[in-house]
Amino acid sequence: MIQEDTLKKVLYIDLSKKKFWVEERTDLFSQFIGGTGVAIKLLHENCGYDIDPFSPENPIIFAIGPLNGLFPIASKTVAVFKSPHTGNLGESHAGGRSAIAIRMAGYGAIVIKGRSDRPCYIAIHSDKVYFKDATTLWGLEEGVSAGRLIRNQEPGAGLRTIMRIGPAGEKMVSFACVTLETYRHFGRLGLGAVFGSKNLKAVVVSGKRDLKVTNFKEYKEVYGELLAQLAQSDKMRKYHELGTSSNIMPLSFSRGIPIKNLLTNELQEISNISGESFAEKHLGRRVACSHCPVACIHLATLRKPYEDEPYFYRTVYLSYDYELIYALGSMLGVTSSEGVLKLIEVVEDMGLDAISTGVVLSWITEAFEKGVISEKMTEGLIPQWGNVDTYIEIIKKIVYGTSEFFNDTRRGIDYVSSKYGGKEFALTYGGNEMPGYHTGYAAHIGYLFGARHSHLDSAGYAIDKEAMVRPLNEEQIANKIISEECWRQILSTLVICFFGREIYTVDVILRCLKLTGYNISKEELLKIGQKIYIDKYRFKIKSGFDLSSLSLPKRVFELPSSIGLLKKDFADRIIEILREKIKSLL
Amino acid sequence: MPVFVRDSEKCVGCLICMFACGRAHLAVGLESSCIKVRSQGGISRGFSVFVCRGCEDPPCARSCPEDALIVRKSGGVLLKEDRCTGCSYCVKACILDAIGWSTIKNKPVICIQCGECAKSCHYRVLEYRRI
Ligand code: SF4
Ligand code: SF4
Ligand code: SF4
Ligand code: SF4
Repeated sequence: MIQEDTLKKVLYIDLSKKKFWVEERTDLFSQFIGGTGVAIKLLHENCGYDIDPFSPENPIIFAIGPLNGLFPIASKTVAVFKSPHTGNLGESHAGGRSAIAIRMAGYGAIVIKGRSDRPCYIAIHSDKVYFKDATTLWGLEEGVSAGRLIRNQEPGAGLRTIMRIGPAGEKMVSFACVTLETYRHFGRLGLGAVFGSKNLKAVVVSGKRDLKVTNFKEYKEVYGELLAQLAQSDKMRKYHELGTSSNIMPLSFSRGIPIKNLLTNELQEISNISGESFAEKHLGRRVACSHCPVACIHLATLRKPYEDEPYFYRTVYLSYDYELIYALGSMLGVTSSEGVLKLIEVVEDMGLDAISTGVVLSWITEAFEKGVISEKMTEGLIPQWGNVDTYIEIIKKIVYGTSEFFNDTRRGIDYVSSKYGGKEFALTYGGNEMPGYHTGYAAHIGYLFGARHSHLDSAGYAIDKEAMVRPLNEEQIANKIISEECWRQILSTLVICFFGREIYTVDVILRCLKLTGYNISKEELLKIGQKIYIDKYRFKIKSGFDLSSLSLPKRVFELPSSIGLLKKDFADRIIEILREKIKSLL
Repeated sequence: MPVFVRDSEKCVGCLICMFACGRAHLAVGLESSCIKVRSQGGISRGFSVFVCRGCEDPPCARSCPEDALIVRKSGGVLLKEDRCTGCSYCVKACILDAIGWSTIKNKPVICIQCGECAKSCHYRVLEYRRI
């Protein structure tokens, strides 16, 4: 790395003592580049393997990489922590203004430890760090936005990030998210709950600086090429135009979109919630993360009348994408776009992870139908496919409810189904709820073995798509899952948004890295990716993750996927191969 | 040949123009950028772009006590850095908020009317126009 680069600076913040200090970690950033590579090292250093995720010892680690602030679509921040949802590795990525703000503030990583005795928020403005009182921001009612209040208090408009939690985070719902810039999230695995456990309402970061490159002329050239490709390339069109929600219809034709907890492949009127319908009826604005020209964030408008006052309306803007329409639409049998948007609104207001929330609701609905849970437990609410109003009430109960059952739902359905039954149809993978692809073996097994149990770990749906054309055997599927996940570690060290992955090929990445003072070969780069992957698995296993007990939910085998009905013995063989491969790497 | 804001309603807030302006000032990053993009009080309300319109009779130059801002024939101003004392009067004089500030140099960042910001905007929010 370039010697003067501030990337090597790690900002440590102790919420208990209200102290902060900076350490230069050239060792970490030169070996593991940045982002997820540095973050996982910092997690090993700062997080005891057997600690309670809600204890003050659980660190919150944010990390960025050398390409952030230098190249377009290098726009993401990696967050790692011990997950209260799964009990092992918590990792989530988000964009918004965060990555550029942290880079411009002059850091490569931020480590937050301890617990504040009162609600507080942290404001980081370049080399200054302030601990601010947030007692009045805690427990705010809907309608008052903590984000807006903080916006008015803090400098750095336009360039700063404001990461904050909602009621779900305050109440430590294990799948609470952290919201950035209103529309972006560290969604999965419960970072919001870890914020809540620390009495940390928000983190604000801002700064402004110039960075160094090894050769300015070449830098400008590479930058220009990347920008042109991002604008013109067909590879980007899907994100540009309809956004990821363009996948709703194709995946519905191929039976790849999960519907009603995977009870059926049929959903009449699914076209009402397609990307095309959303664009036509609701698309109100497109926005982008800092330093990304793609602008994949699609904001829908929802016009809501005031019930008690005629001729008064309010218009809310809500971001939507494929995963949200799946989790709060098809999975719940909701086929009106307004209905999906109303659910998105309450999920945003509460500060929950949308995917987990949708899958929790779909499990509750089926469990209720099957008599696994009763009306008494749901405090009189009767969940029903497609019934948006009841779902809204249930979401609020998950956060605010006082009954034992709703208390339990705050820990996700792995826990709830272990306690009440209904495991066969609890769609969880390593404790995390299912993403929106029932495309074949690779999708499901990818969630199961992905270090963060996300569809983004190895993009199994893309492997399934390949398998639809040319069948793959067990060994091939297993190999593809691991090599894709290893490669993605590189993207998330830099930290490039996965939507730019087809443009950031190995050669492009090596050129960019050279300009930031990293002279490494292709082989070395791939080796680093694999090392990071192994390091993540080491953390998981040391914190109690058990490879031998991993299995797929029974439901997965009961309904045809995009590649047909899945066979358990075939899946089991892939699982066995992956187990052995991972063990041999450790 | 200044840059005009054609339609800020289309602005997605990507800041690509700010980074382009940095490069136009031979830098990497945002410190040496004079164009600004800010949300209109929350992202859902969209963005505003603040960029120099190359005034023919520039108030920024008139406000400079050191004559460090030279009026260009085609509009806008040129910064004579050695004369500038870093008083920031010019920043306040520009009602468009189109002057940047480098805290490192403690000097203003002045638009050089190069059009790089407009050329790199994918959404044609900005237009580089001959007048
Ligand atoms: S014209 Fe050039 S100097 Fe002026 S704002 Fe645009 S990029 Fe910056
Ligand atoms: S900086 Fe402002 S006052 Fe000066 S020429 Fe540009 S727009 Fe006019
Ligand atoms: S900051 Fe420099 S250019 Fe601006 S008014 Fe003061 S002396 Fe003149
Ligand atoms: S490049 Fe265009 S769309 Fe992006 S922030 Fe600038 S003006 Fe807005």
